[in-house]
Amino acid sequence: MRTIKMFGLFVLVLSLGAFTVSSNLDVDGYGIGDVATDFSLKNIDGNMVSLSDFKEAKGYLVIFTCNTCPYSVAYEDRINALDAKYKPQGIPVIAINPNNPAAKPGDSFEKMKARAAEKNFSFPYLFDKGQTIYPQYGATRTPHVFLLEKTDRGNVVKYIGAIDDNYRDASQVEEKFVENAVDALLAGKEIKTKTTKAIGCGIR
Amino acid sequence: MKNLVLMIVLVLSIALGCGNKTEKGSAENLSEPQDYALVQTNKNEDVKFPVYDFEEFEPLLHKDDGKTYIINFWATWCKPCIVELPYFERINAEQKDNNVEVLLVSLDMPNMWKSRLEPFVEKKGMKSKVVILDDPKQNEWIPKVSEEWGGGIPATLIYNKEKRNFYEKGFTYEELNQELDKFLN
Repeated sequence: MRTIKMFGLFVLVLSLGAFTVSSNLDVDGYGIGDVATDFSLKNIDGNMVSLSDFKEAKGYLVIFTCNTCPYSVAYEDRINALDAKYKPQGIPVIAINPNNPAAKPGDSFEKMKARAAEKNFSFPYLFDKGQTIYPQYGATRTPHVFLLEKTDRGNVVKYIGAIDDNYRDASQVEEKFVENAVDALLAGKEIKTKTTKAIGCGIR
Repeated sequence: MKNLVLMIVLVLSIALGCGNKTEKGSAENLSEPQDYALVQTNKNEDVKFPVYDFEEFEPLLHKDDGKTYIINFWATWCKPCIVELPYFERINAEQKDNNVEVLLVSLDMPNMWKSRLEPFVEKKGMKSKVVILDDPKQNEWIPKVSEEWGGGIPATLIYNKEKRNFYEKGFTYEELNQELDKFLN
Protein backbone atom coordinates (compact mmCIF):
# COMPACT_ATOMS: atom_id res chain seq x y z
CA MET A 1 0.00 0.00 0.00
CA ARG A 2 2.76 2.31 1.00
CA THR A 3 4.61 1.84 -2.28
CA ILE A 4 1.44 2.52 -4.20
CA LYS A 5 0.98 5.76 -2.26
CA MET A 6 4.56 6.72 -2.96
CA PHE A 7 4.07 5.92 -6.62
CA GLY A 8 0.96 8.05 -6.70
CA LEU A 9 2.82 10.92 -5.09
CA PHE A 10 5.64 10.48 -7.58
CA VAL A 11 3.22 10.70 -10.51
CA LEU A 12 1.60 13.73 -8.93
CA VAL A 13 4.92 15.52 -8.51
CA LEU A 14 5.90 14.65 -12.07
CA SER A 15 2.67 15.99 -13.50
CA LEU A 16 2.91 19.15 -11.45
CA GLY A 17 6.43 19.60 -12.78
CA ALA A 18 5.20 19.21 -16.33
CA PHE A 19 2.50 21.74 -15.66
CA THR A 20 4.96 24.35 -14.42
CA VAL A 21 7.27 23.88 -17.39
CA SER A 22 4.55 24.04 -20.01
CA SER A 23 3.01 27.13 -18.48
CA ASN A 24 6.28 28.98 -19.05
CA LEU A 25 6.17 28.36 -22.76
CA ASP A 26 4.36 30.38 -25.36
CA VAL A 27 0.64 29.62 -25.15
CA ASP A 28 -0.23 26.13 -26.54
CA GLY A 29 1.88 25.00 -29.43
CA TYR A 30 5.24 23.36 -29.31
CA GLY A 31 7.85 23.51 -26.63
CA ILE A 32 11.53 22.72 -26.97
CA GLY A 33 12.00 19.02 -27.66
CA ASP A 34 8.57 18.47 -29.19
CA VAL A 35 8.25 16.88 -32.60
CA ALA A 36 6.84 19.37 -35.09
CA THR A 37 4.28 18.42 -37.69
CA ASP A 38 5.09 18.37 -41.36
CA PHE A 39 2.69 20.10 -43.75
CA SER A 40 1.84 20.50 -47.40
CA LEU A 41 1.32 24.16 -48.17
CA LYS A 42 1.21 26.10 -51.39
CA ASN A 43 4.29 28.06 -52.28
CA ILE A 44 4.20 31.34 -54.19
CA ASP A 45 5.41 29.44 -57.28
CA GLY A 46 2.23 27.35 -57.18
CA ASN A 47 3.90 24.14 -55.98
CA MET A 48 3.04 22.38 -52.76
CA VAL A 49 5.92 22.27 -50.30
CA SER A 50 6.54 19.89 -47.39
CA LEU A 51 9.47 19.61 -45.01
CA SER A 52 9.97 16.06 -46.23
CA ASP A 53 10.72 17.38 -49.74
CA PHE A 54 14.11 18.49 -48.48
CA LYS A 55 15.80 15.10 -48.47
CA GLU A 56 19.27 16.39 -47.63
CA ALA A 57 18.21 18.84 -44.95
CA LYS A 58 19.57 18.51 -41.44
CA GLY A 59 16.90 20.79 -40.14
CA TYR A 60 14.70 23.74 -40.97
CA LEU A 61 14.16 27.33 -40.03
CA VAL A 62 10.39 27.54 -40.11
CA ILE A 63 9.57 31.25 -39.93
CA PHE A 64 6.02 32.54 -39.60
CA THR A 65 6.06 35.93 -41.25
CA CYS A 66 3.93 38.10 -43.48
CA ASN A 67 3.83 41.13 -45.76
CA THR A 68 2.03 43.56 -43.53
CA CYS A 69 3.74 43.48 -40.16
CA PRO A 70 6.35 46.20 -39.70
CA TYR A 71 8.50 43.79 -37.69
CA SER A 72 8.35 41.18 -40.45
CA VAL A 73 9.27 43.81 -42.98
CA ALA A 74 12.20 44.89 -40.82
CA TYR A 75 13.52 41.34 -40.89
CA GLU A 76 13.03 40.50 -44.60
CA ASP A 77 16.65 41.10 -45.57
CA ARG A 78 17.88 39.22 -42.53
CA ILE A 79 15.67 36.23 -43.38
CA ASN A 80 17.15 36.21 -46.88
CA ALA A 81 20.60 36.29 -45.30
CA LEU A 82 19.76 33.38 -42.97
CA ASP A 83 18.67 31.31 -45.96
CA ALA A 84 21.79 32.23 -47.92
CA LYS A 85 24.00 31.26 -45.00
CA TYR A 86 22.32 28.08 -43.80
CA LYS A 87 20.66 26.48 -46.83
CA PRO A 88 24.07 25.35 -48.11
CA GLN A 89 24.73 23.90 -44.65
CA GLY A 90 21.50 21.91 -44.68
CA ILE A 91 19.15 24.21 -42.76
CA PRO A 92 16.89 26.00 -45.27
CA VAL A 93 14.43 28.74 -44.40
CA ILE A 94 10.77 27.82 -44.88
CA ALA A 95 8.60 30.94 -44.49
CA ILE A 96 4.89 30.61 -43.81
CA ASN A 97 2.33 33.40 -43.93
CA PRO A 98 -0.22 32.49 -41.25
CA ASN A 99 -2.61 35.40 -41.72
CA ASN A 100 -6.09 35.18 -43.13
CA PRO A 101 -6.34 37.52 -46.16
CA ALA A 102 -9.98 38.13 -45.33
CA ALA A 103 -8.75 39.83 -42.15
CA LYS A 104 -5.58 41.21 -43.72
CA PRO A 105 -5.93 41.86 -47.45
CA GLY A 106 -2.26 42.81 -47.64
CA ASP A 107 -1.38 39.19 -46.89
CA SER A 108 -3.23 37.62 -49.82
CA PHE A 109 -1.51 35.00 -51.95
CA GLU A 110 -1.13 37.49 -54.79
CA LYS A 111 0.42 40.08 -52.48
CA MET A 112 2.77 37.41 -51.12
CA LYS A 113 3.99 36.73 -54.66
CA ALA A 114 4.51 40.42 -55.27
CA ARG A 115 6.40 41.00 -52.03
CA ALA A 116 8.60 37.95 -52.53
CA ALA A 117 9.51 39.10 -56.03
CA GLU A 118 10.22 42.63 -54.83
CA LYS A 119 12.51 41.39 -52.05
CA ASN A 120 13.98 38.46 -54.00
CA PHE A 121 13.05 35.87 -51.41
CA SER A 122 15.40 32.93 -51.91
CA PHE A 123 13.23 30.63 -49.80
CA PRO A 124 9.75 29.09 -50.12
CA TYR A 125 7.05 31.48 -48.93
CA LEU A 126 4.03 29.34 -48.12
CA PHE A 127 0.44 30.23 -47.47
CA ASP A 128 -1.15 28.61 -44.41
CA LYS A 129 -4.48 28.06 -46.11
CA GLY A 130 -7.26 27.64 -43.60
CA GLN A 131 -4.78 28.57 -40.83
CA THR A 132 -4.26 24.97 -39.79
CA ILE A 133 -0.50 24.90 -39.28
CA TYR A 134 0.40 27.96 -37.19
CA PRO A 135 -1.82 26.98 -34.23
CA GLN A 136 -0.16 23.57 -34.07
CA TYR A 137 3.24 25.22 -33.89
CA GLY A 138 1.94 27.76 -31.42
CA ALA A 139 3.09 30.72 -33.45
CA THR A 140 1.55 33.82 -31.93
CA ARG A 141 3.13 36.67 -33.83
CA THR A 142 5.13 37.54 -36.91
CA PRO A 143 7.97 37.03 -37.29
CA HIS A 144 8.14 33.90 -35.11
CA VAL A 145 10.97 31.42 -35.69
CA PHE A 146 10.96 27.66 -35.04
CA LEU A 147 14.28 25.90 -35.56
CA LEU A 148 13.75 22.19 -36.21
CA GLU A 149 16.32 19.42 -36.23
CA LYS A 150 15.67 16.41 -38.43
CA THR A 151 16.06 13.27 -36.30
CA ASP A 152 14.96 9.65 -36.40
CA ARG A 153 11.90 10.47 -34.34
CA GLY A 154 10.88 13.43 -36.49
CA ASN A 155 11.59 17.14 -36.73
CA VAL A 156 12.42 18.19 -33.21
CA VAL A 157 11.93 21.79 -32.06
CA LYS A 158 15.25 23.24 -30.89
CA TYR A 159 14.65 26.98 -30.69
CA ILE A 160 11.57 29.22 -30.61
CA GLY A 161 11.54 32.98 -30.75
CA ALA A 162 13.04 36.04 -32.33
CA ILE A 163 15.73 36.29 -34.99
CA ASP A 164 17.99 38.61 -33.03
CA ASP A 165 17.89 41.27 -30.36
CA ASN A 166 17.42 44.39 -32.47
CA TYR A 167 14.54 44.58 -34.94
CA ARG A 168 15.35 48.14 -35.82
CA ASP A 169 18.90 48.03 -36.93
CA ALA A 170 20.75 44.92 -38.03
CA SER A 171 24.07 46.65 -37.44
CA GLN A 172 23.24 47.20 -33.76
CA VAL A 173 22.47 43.55 -33.04
CA GLU A 174 24.35 42.18 -30.06
CA GLU A 175 22.90 38.69 -29.92
CA LYS A 176 22.00 36.73 -33.04
CA PHE A 177 19.62 34.29 -31.39
CA VAL A 178 18.82 32.22 -34.47
CA GLU A 179 22.36 32.11 -35.84
CA ASN A 180 23.72 31.08 -32.45
CA ALA A 181 21.12 28.34 -32.22
CA VAL A 182 21.75 27.02 -35.75
CA ASP A 183 25.53 27.16 -35.29
CA ALA A 184 25.24 25.17 -32.06
CA LEU A 185 22.94 22.65 -33.73
CA LEU A 186 25.31 22.20 -36.67
CA ALA A 187 28.25 21.81 -34.29
CA GLY A 188 26.35 19.25 -32.23
CA LYS A 189 26.50 21.51 -29.21
CA GLU A 190 23.86 22.50 -26.69
CA ILE A 191 21.84 25.55 -27.74
CA LYS A 192 22.27 28.10 -24.97
CA THR A 193 19.30 30.36 -25.57
CA LYS A 194 16.39 28.14 -26.55
CA THR A 195 13.50 30.60 -26.37
CA THR A 196 13.29 34.36 -26.70
CA LYS A 197 10.52 36.91 -26.56
CA ALA A 198 9.78 39.80 -28.86
CA ILE A 199 7.02 42.21 -29.63
CA GLY A 200 5.42 41.13 -32.85
CA CYS A 201 2.23 41.46 -34.81
CA GLY A 202 -0.49 39.10 -33.68
CA ILE A 203 -1.62 36.55 -36.24
CA ARG A 204 -5.08 37.14 -37.63
CA MET B 1 -5.46 0.33 -4.24
CA LYS B 2 -8.18 2.85 -3.53
CA ASN B 3 -5.50 5.46 -2.92
CA LEU B 4 -3.90 4.75 -6.26
CA VAL B 5 -7.20 5.28 -8.05
CA LEU B 6 -7.69 8.50 -6.12
CA MET B 7 -4.23 9.64 -7.07
CA ILE B 8 -4.81 8.91 -10.73
CA VAL B 9 -8.08 10.80 -10.67
CA LEU B 10 -6.34 13.72 -8.99
CA VAL B 11 -3.48 13.71 -11.48
CA LEU B 12 -5.87 13.50 -14.41
CA SER B 13 -7.97 16.35 -13.15
CA ILE B 14 -4.88 18.52 -12.72
CA ALA B 15 -3.68 17.62 -16.20
CA LEU B 16 -7.06 18.39 -17.73
CA GLY B 17 -7.32 21.54 -15.72
CA CYS B 18 -4.16 22.96 -17.19
CA GLY B 19 -5.19 21.90 -20.67
CA ASN B 20 -8.21 24.10 -20.34
CA LYS B 21 -6.24 26.93 -18.92
CA THR B 22 -4.59 27.79 -22.23
CA GLU B 23 -6.65 30.76 -23.10
CA LYS B 24 -5.15 32.12 -26.24
CA GLY B 25 -4.31 35.77 -25.79
CA SER B 26 -6.39 37.57 -28.33
CA ALA B 27 -3.32 39.68 -28.84
CA GLU B 28 -3.66 40.70 -32.40
CA ASN B 29 -2.88 42.84 -35.08
CA LEU B 30 -2.03 45.33 -37.56
CA SER B 31 -3.43 47.65 -40.01
CA GLU B 32 -1.40 47.86 -43.17
CA PRO B 33 1.78 49.84 -42.69
CA GLN B 34 1.95 52.81 -44.97
CA ASP B 35 5.61 52.55 -45.62
CA TYR B 36 8.19 49.87 -45.25
CA ALA B 37 11.21 51.83 -44.23
CA LEU B 38 12.09 51.30 -40.61
CA VAL B 39 15.47 52.79 -40.05
CA GLN B 40 15.02 56.28 -38.80
CA THR B 41 17.27 58.80 -40.42
CA ASN B 42 15.89 62.11 -39.25
CA LYS B 43 15.82 62.73 -35.52
CA ASN B 44 12.58 62.84 -33.59
CA GLU B 45 13.69 65.71 -31.43
CA ASP B 46 10.37 67.43 -31.48
CA VAL B 47 8.17 64.41 -30.88
CA LYS B 48 5.36 65.36 -28.53
CA PHE B 49 5.58 62.41 -26.15
CA PRO B 50 8.34 61.35 -23.79
CA VAL B 51 10.57 58.67 -25.34
CA TYR B 52 12.00 56.16 -22.89
CA ASP B 53 14.28 53.18 -23.04
CA PHE B 54 13.26 50.43 -20.65
CA GLU B 55 15.52 51.59 -17.84
CA GLU B 56 13.92 55.03 -17.93
CA PHE B 57 10.47 53.53 -18.29
CA GLU B 58 10.66 50.87 -15.56
CA PRO B 59 9.96 53.16 -12.56
CA LEU B 60 6.52 53.84 -14.06
CA LEU B 61 5.72 50.18 -13.42
CA HIS B 62 6.54 50.46 -9.73
CA LYS B 63 5.08 53.69 -8.43
CA ASP B 64 4.13 53.61 -4.82
CA ASP B 65 1.92 56.64 -4.41
CA GLY B 66 -1.42 55.07 -3.53
CA LYS B 67 -2.74 55.29 -7.06
CA THR B 68 -3.93 52.41 -9.21
CA TYR B 69 -2.18 52.43 -12.56
CA ILE B 70 -3.48 50.93 -15.77
CA ILE B 71 -0.57 50.54 -18.15
CA ASN B 72 -1.60 49.67 -21.67
CA PHE B 73 0.92 48.61 -24.32
CA TRP B 74 -0.25 49.46 -27.82
CA ALA B 75 0.75 50.75 -31.25
CA THR B 76 -1.06 52.58 -34.02
CA TRP B 77 -0.40 49.61 -36.32
CA CYS B 78 -2.14 47.20 -33.91
CA LYS B 79 -5.80 46.98 -34.84
CA PRO B 80 -7.20 45.37 -31.65
CA CYS B 81 -5.22 47.94 -29.65
CA ILE B 82 -7.00 50.73 -31.49
CA VAL B 83 -10.33 49.04 -30.85
CA GLU B 84 -9.87 49.02 -27.08
CA LEU B 85 -8.27 52.45 -26.67
CA PRO B 86 -11.59 54.27 -26.22
CA TYR B 87 -12.36 52.03 -23.22
CA PHE B 88 -9.10 53.02 -21.57
CA GLU B 89 -9.84 56.65 -22.33
CA ARG B 90 -13.29 56.33 -20.80
CA ILE B 91 -11.99 54.62 -17.65
CA ASN B 92 -9.31 57.26 -17.31
CA ALA B 93 -11.94 59.99 -17.36
CA GLU B 94 -14.46 58.18 -15.15
CA GLN B 95 -12.05 56.92 -12.51
CA LYS B 96 -9.82 59.94 -12.11
CA ASP B 97 -11.40 60.77 -8.76
CA ASN B 98 -10.88 57.16 -7.66
CA ASN B 99 -7.13 57.63 -7.81
CA VAL B 100 -6.82 55.70 -11.05
CA GLU B 101 -4.48 56.71 -13.84
CA VAL B 102 -4.20 55.28 -17.33
CA LEU B 103 -0.83 55.30 -19.06
CA LEU B 104 -0.72 54.45 -22.77
CA VAL B 105 2.65 53.05 -23.76
CA SER B 106 3.18 53.28 -27.50
CA LEU B 107 5.42 50.69 -29.11
CA ASP B 108 5.29 52.45 -32.45
CA MET B 109 8.54 52.45 -34.36
CA PRO B 110 10.59 55.65 -34.56
CA ASN B 111 9.61 56.38 -38.15
CA MET B 112 5.96 56.30 -37.10
CA TRP B 113 6.14 58.76 -34.21
CA LYS B 114 5.64 61.87 -36.28
CA SER B 115 3.86 60.31 -39.23
CA ARG B 116 1.30 58.13 -37.42
CA LEU B 117 1.35 58.36 -33.64
CA GLU B 118 1.08 62.12 -33.21
CA PRO B 119 -1.69 62.59 -35.79
CA PHE B 120 -3.55 59.60 -34.32
CA VAL B 121 -3.52 60.90 -30.76
CA GLU B 122 -4.49 64.34 -31.94
CA LYS B 123 -7.30 63.15 -34.19
CA LYS B 124 -8.82 61.01 -31.45
CA GLY B 125 -8.39 63.78 -28.91
CA MET B 126 -6.85 61.35 -26.46
CA LYS B 127 -6.56 62.60 -22.90
CA SER B 128 -4.66 59.80 -21.19
CA LYS B 129 -0.94 60.18 -20.80
CA VAL B 130 1.01 58.74 -23.74
CA VAL B 131 4.66 57.73 -23.57
CA ILE B 132 6.83 55.97 -26.13
CA LEU B 133 8.82 52.92 -25.12
CA ASP B 134 11.69 52.64 -27.55
CA ASP B 135 14.01 49.81 -26.60
CA PRO B 136 14.91 47.12 -29.12
CA LYS B 137 16.18 44.70 -26.45
CA GLN B 138 12.73 43.20 -26.18
CA ASN B 139 13.83 39.79 -24.98
CA GLU B 140 15.35 41.48 -21.94
CA TRP B 141 12.58 43.88 -21.02
CA ILE B 142 9.42 41.92 -21.87
CA PRO B 143 9.89 39.54 -18.90
CA LYS B 144 10.57 42.55 -16.64
CA VAL B 145 7.09 43.85 -17.39
CA SER B 146 5.67 40.39 -16.73
CA GLU B 147 7.05 36.86 -16.89
CA GLU B 148 3.69 35.90 -18.37
CA TRP B 149 4.04 38.15 -21.39
CA GLY B 150 4.83 36.42 -24.69
CA GLY B 151 5.21 39.75 -26.51
CA GLY B 152 1.78 40.16 -28.06
CA ILE B 153 -0.11 43.43 -27.94
CA PRO B 154 -2.50 44.65 -26.78
CA ALA B 155 -1.20 43.92 -23.32
CA THR B 156 -2.14 45.59 -20.06
CA LEU B 157 -0.71 45.78 -16.58
CA ILE B 158 -2.86 46.95 -13.69
CA TYR B 159 -1.17 47.59 -10.36
CA ASN B 160 -1.29 49.42 -7.10
CA LYS B 161 0.46 49.04 -3.77
CA GLU B 162 -1.25 45.76 -2.96
CA LYS B 163 -1.90 44.06 -6.21
CA ARG B 164 -0.53 43.52 -9.69
CA ASN B 165 -2.04 41.72 -12.67
CA PHE B 166 -0.95 41.32 -16.26
CA TYR B 167 -3.20 40.64 -19.25
CA GLU B 168 -2.00 39.67 -22.71
CA LYS B 169 -5.34 40.27 -24.35
CA GLY B 170 -7.79 42.87 -25.51
CA PHE B 171 -10.47 44.29 -23.21
CA THR B 172 -14.04 45.38 -23.59
CA TYR B 173 -15.13 48.32 -21.47
CA GLU B 174 -17.03 46.00 -19.12
CA GLU B 175 -14.11 43.61 -18.73
CA LEU B 176 -11.71 46.42 -18.00
CA ASN B 177 -14.06 47.87 -15.42
CA GLN B 178 -14.48 44.46 -13.81
CA GLU B 179 -10.73 43.94 -13.56
CA LEU B 180 -10.21 47.42 -12.21
CA ASP B 181 -12.86 46.80 -9.55
CA LYS B 182 -10.64 44.08 -8.11
CA PHE B 183 -8.05 46.76 -7.40
CA LEU B 184 -10.38 49.33 -5.86
CA ASN B 185 -11.83 48.73 -2.44
